[in-house]
Amino acid sequence: MKNVTRRTTLTAIGAALAMPYVRPSWAQSGTVNVYNWADYIGETTLQDFEAATGIGVVYDTYSSAEEMQAKMLAGSSGYDVVDHAGIDMPRAIAAGIYEKLDKALLPNWVNLDPEILRILAGWDEGNQYGMPYMWGSVGFTYNVDMVKERIPDADMSSMDLIFKPENAVLLADCGISILDSPTDIMLMVLKYLGLDGDTTNVADYDKVVEAFKPIREYIRTFDNTNYLNAIPNGELCAINNWSGDYATAAGRAAEAGVEINLAYFVPKTGAPAWVDCMAIPSDAPNRDNAYKFMNFMMDPEVAAGCTNYTYYANANIPSREFVLPEVLNDPAVYPDAETIARMWAPKPFSEEQDRAITRAWQTIKSG
Amino acid sequence: MNEPHHDSRFQRWFNRRGWIKITIATPYVWLILFFLLPFAIVLAMSFATRTPTAPPFSFGGDYPLLNTRTYHRLVEDSLYIRAYLTSIFNAVIATLMCLLIGYPMALGLTRVSKSWRNILLMLVILPFWTSFLLRVYAWMGLMGTNSWFNKLITSGYNYLVPAEDALRYIPMMNTNFAVVLVTVYSYLPFMILPLFANLEKLDFTLNEAAMDLGSRPSRVFLDVTLPQSVPGIIAGSMLVFIPASGELIIPSLVGSSSRPMIGRVISDEFASARDWPMASAVAVALLLLLVVPLMVYTYFDGKAHEKIKSSGGADA
Repeated sequence: MKNVTRRTTLTAIGAALAMPYVRPSWAQSGTVNVYNWADYIGETTLQDFEAATGIGVVYDTYSSAEEMQAKMLAGSSGYDVVDHAGIDMPRAIAAGIYEKLDKALLPNWVNLDPEILRILAGWDEGNQYGMPYMWGSVGFTYNVDMVKERIPDADMSSMDLIFKPENAVLLADCGISILDSPTDIMLMVLKYLGLDGDTTNVADYDKVVEAFKPIREYIRTFDNTNYLNAIPNGELCAINNWSGDYATAAGRAAEAGVEINLAYFVPKTGAPAWVDCMAIPSDAPNRDNAYKFMNFMMDPEVAAGCTNYTYYANANIPSREFVLPEVLNDPAVYPDAETIARMWAPKPFSEEQDRAITRAWQTIKSG
Repeated sequence: MNEPHHDSRFQRWFNRRGWIKITIATPYVWLILFFLLPFAIVLAMSFATRTPTAPPFSFGGDYPLLNTRTYHRLVEDSLYIRAYLTSIFNAVIATLMCLLIGYPMALGLTRVSKSWRNILLMLVILPFWTSFLLRVYAWMGLMGTNSWFNKLITSGYNYLVPAEDALRYIPMMNTNFAVVLVTVYSYLPFMILPLFANLEKLDFTLNEAAMDLGSRPSRVFLDVTLPQSVPGIIAGSMLVFIPASGELIIPSLVGSSSRPMIGRVISDEFASARDWPMASAVAVALLLLLVVPLMVYTYFDGKAHEKIKSSGGADA
């Protein structure tokens, strides 16, 4: 046996401790580390990228925006391309998480929809940091048959259906689910109450708390993901969710052979629009490959492949030619002019607003 | 060539007392690396200030070094106190239920033949071979309003009550009842196994002696078996109570948001509110709430043992 000496022990410990730092040397030879929402890319996108460029993709997914934010805020994530919620970009940019994009390396940028870029610019001035990927609205999915059985003349485009106690009490037994995301639902309620959705007066949040009080006992759950399974099972009939989730839930019901009549509405009082964007962390180990990947994602056919698989609208104008007609013509995915008119891009929150909205939300949820 | 000399010195040290030292030091090193050090970081973070940076906290600014805002909020805001109370309430109920169900099962395990015992023990452990998350999801399916399980219970209930009280379904999902039910189901083996290990070691001749002296079986249990199994009861209860009170997954999936448990509050503070200092303070308070009673118990338990030993010695 080799003698165990202090020297050999130290060498072994040193080698073990150095292990994490050895990684970039092989990573540079041709990989890109991507961090994206689960189920949020085309079926063959990654293989296509590997075939086209010879760069290997190390693909990680997350299932809650908070999980991703916590990881990015902690730093040294090791990712090259990260999918980040547009509305959260001001905070990420202020914290210095992402680098300014070098547009010269992104020739496909010209394909992007100026309208979506304009919305995103509200959170990322001059579109310096984020490349818009998918976008959509916040609204309500209804199980039409279950709702009509209880309220025959229900007006599903109005939030009265949820926020009038006399309606909510009737829907309570078939299940109301609200997004556990104050930046979406609280702004919708502000608009519903006739207040400014971009209010900076934190006292307005108390009015949202008041609006929830009479219907709080009729809300079954605050949730962002479980409804995808609960909707096909008929466990819920009024679900506050993001566009696209409605299509996913309908798809799962079809897979399970369940006949279900779903409809998605953006409330006529207004709802926030959302845009997800891809960004490059300032400590990305494979910067060059990150740009290649991002440019690839802006290719019209690639973008269309993602939309056809996820049922979310992309921000790529020439891709519409390749998007399946039933997706392109579904107003829940690509909203019509009337729906677009109801949507607005919320302004970024100040720290004070952020705190107040979080506190108000805790009060509502635990009420 | 001083290598062999060096080597033999190391070996001599190793043979004489090195091995023992290493054996004793290992758990301490483990504890320091994976408990004390992380806890020190969490404790330090609980006194930091929340900032819009990455990472989202810092020391200094208006509060040089220590910012006790988090601990002020902890006592001022009823949300946290309510969450602690809900957690402890749920954990106590779940522990008692586990004890009531688990004790007869553990006792039964010691009273059956060896071959049966192995099969039954296997059955207790078997659920661990399926993912914990999957089993919680299975319960979500069972408790859902349109499940066969819910319909069965509902029709049973409707059969018993007058027609005007009939229900469409029994609300089970997203209630505190669901949290306790799934917690009991998930943690039952943690109660049975230490109890079984304890009960198995008991001397059955003591029971026989008690019966020979005319005790009825129920008295034998109360006078002989139960007092001897107290260490097992305590071990099992700790194993259930401590993780149950900090449980995150079960209340997140089946619980009611109007009765949040502390695990959910920590997760929300950390992730949704991005208030790492506040999340740390809640975690520190939870640790104090759980560990301090445990230390007090261990202290008095140790004293009691010493007493028994010394009095036993005097008797002999």
